[in-house]
Amino acid sequence: MSGNQRINIFPTRMALTLMKTKLKGAQTGHSLLKRKSEALTKRFRTIVQKIEDAKHKMSKIMQAASFSLVEVAYIAGDINYQVQESVKSAQFRVRTKQENVSGVMLPAFECYTEGANAFELTGLGRGGQQIQKCKETYVKAVETLVELASLQTAFVILDEVIKLTNRRVNAIEHIIIPRIDNTIKYIISELDEQDREEFFRLKKVQGKKKRDQQVAEKDRTAESGEISQYAQPADLLETNDDSDIIF
Amino acid sequence: MNAISTYKDRNFIAVIGDEDSVTGLLLAGVGHVDGANKNFLVVDSKTPLSKIEETFIEFTKRKDIAIILINQHIAEYIRQLVDDYDQAFPTILEIPSKDHPYDPEKDSVLKRVQHLFGE
Repeated sequence: MSGNQRINIFPTRMALTLMKTKLKGAQTGHSLLKRKSEALTKRFRTIVQKIEDAKHKMSKIMQAASFSLVEVAYIAGDINYQVQESVKSAQFRVRTKQENVSGVMLPAFECYTEGANAFELTGLGRGGQQIQKCKETYVKAVETLVELASLQTAFVILDEVIKLTNRRVNAIEHIIIPRIDNTIKYIISELDEQDREEFFRLKKVQGKKKRDQQVAEKDRTAESGEISQYAQPADLLETNDDSDIIF
Repeated sequence: MNAISTYKDRNFIAVIGDEDSVTGLLLAGVGHVDGANKNFLVVDSKTPLSKIEETFIEFTKRKDIAIILINQHIAEYIRQLVDDYDQAFPTILEIPSKDHPYDPEKDSVLKRVQHLFGE
C-alpha cells in the first residue's frame, strides 16, 4: 500500500496552514483513540479473569445439580418423560439491559420469573420433596449460567470493539500522519523554491536595470561630446571672403 | 453495533443436551413450547448429526432466544459450527454433563481467550 504519498494540493501558504491544522487534529485523535483502546483492554482482561473463575464455579454447580437429579431418579423413578411433556411456558426468563463501558454499550442478562411453578404436581406420587430440592439446585445453576453468559457476550463484543479501535489507531499512525507530513514538506519546499525564483528574478532585473543605466550614461556623454565639438564660436581672425556690398 | 431491538425481545434460554441435562434444566423452568416450536432438543445416541446441526442453526436464527446451553460433548460433534459462530446474540454456553465433566481445553470461548493471551 502506497501509504506515504502526499495529498494532491496546490502549494500555497493557506494550504500550508490548513495542513498544519489537520496534522494537529490527527495527532490529538490518535492519542485519544490509543487511550480508549488501553481502557477497553484493561476492562477486557478483568472480564476474562472473571470468565475463567465463573466457568470453574459453573462446572462445580452443574455437577452438584446432576447429582441431585440422580438422587431424584433413585427415589421417584424416571421423571424425564413426564418433565419433557409437561413443558408449556417458560417460567425462567432473561432480560437484557445495557451498560455503558467507556463508550461501548455492553449487554447484561438479568433473570426474572414469569408465571407459576409448572412442576408443582410432578412427583406427587413419590419423591416430591426431592424433586423440589433438585429444582431449586437447578434454578441456582441456571442463575450462575446466566451470569456467565452475560460475561461471555461482553467478552465477544469488547473483543470486536478493541480490534476496531486498534485498527483505527494503526491507520492514523502509519498512513494518515506520514501522508500529512509529506504534504507539508512538499508545500514548504515548493514555497522555498518560489522564493528563490523570486529572488533570482529580482537580482536579474536589478542587473539589467544597472546595465541599462550604464548604457544610457555612455550614450549621453558621447552625445554631449559631439555637440561641444560643433558648438565652437566663430573665429574672428579667420579670413573669410566677404561678399561684395552692392548698393 | 447491535441495535437494542435485536435483543430487547430475547427472553428464552434454549438447551441442546442429553436427556439428564435437559430434564434438570427443564425442571428449573427454562423450557418453552408454543405450538410446534420447542426451545430444547434432547440428544441421544440415535440422534443424527444433521438434526443437531439443524437445530443449532435454527436456534441461532430465532429472535427470541438469548442464551443457548449446549453440553460439551455435543458441542464436540458440531465443533466446526460452534467455532465459526461469532454473533454476539444468542450467546453459546458450553456446560458439562453427568458423564462428561467440564474440560476447559475444549471450550471454544476459552480457546479464543488463550489465543489472545498467547500473543
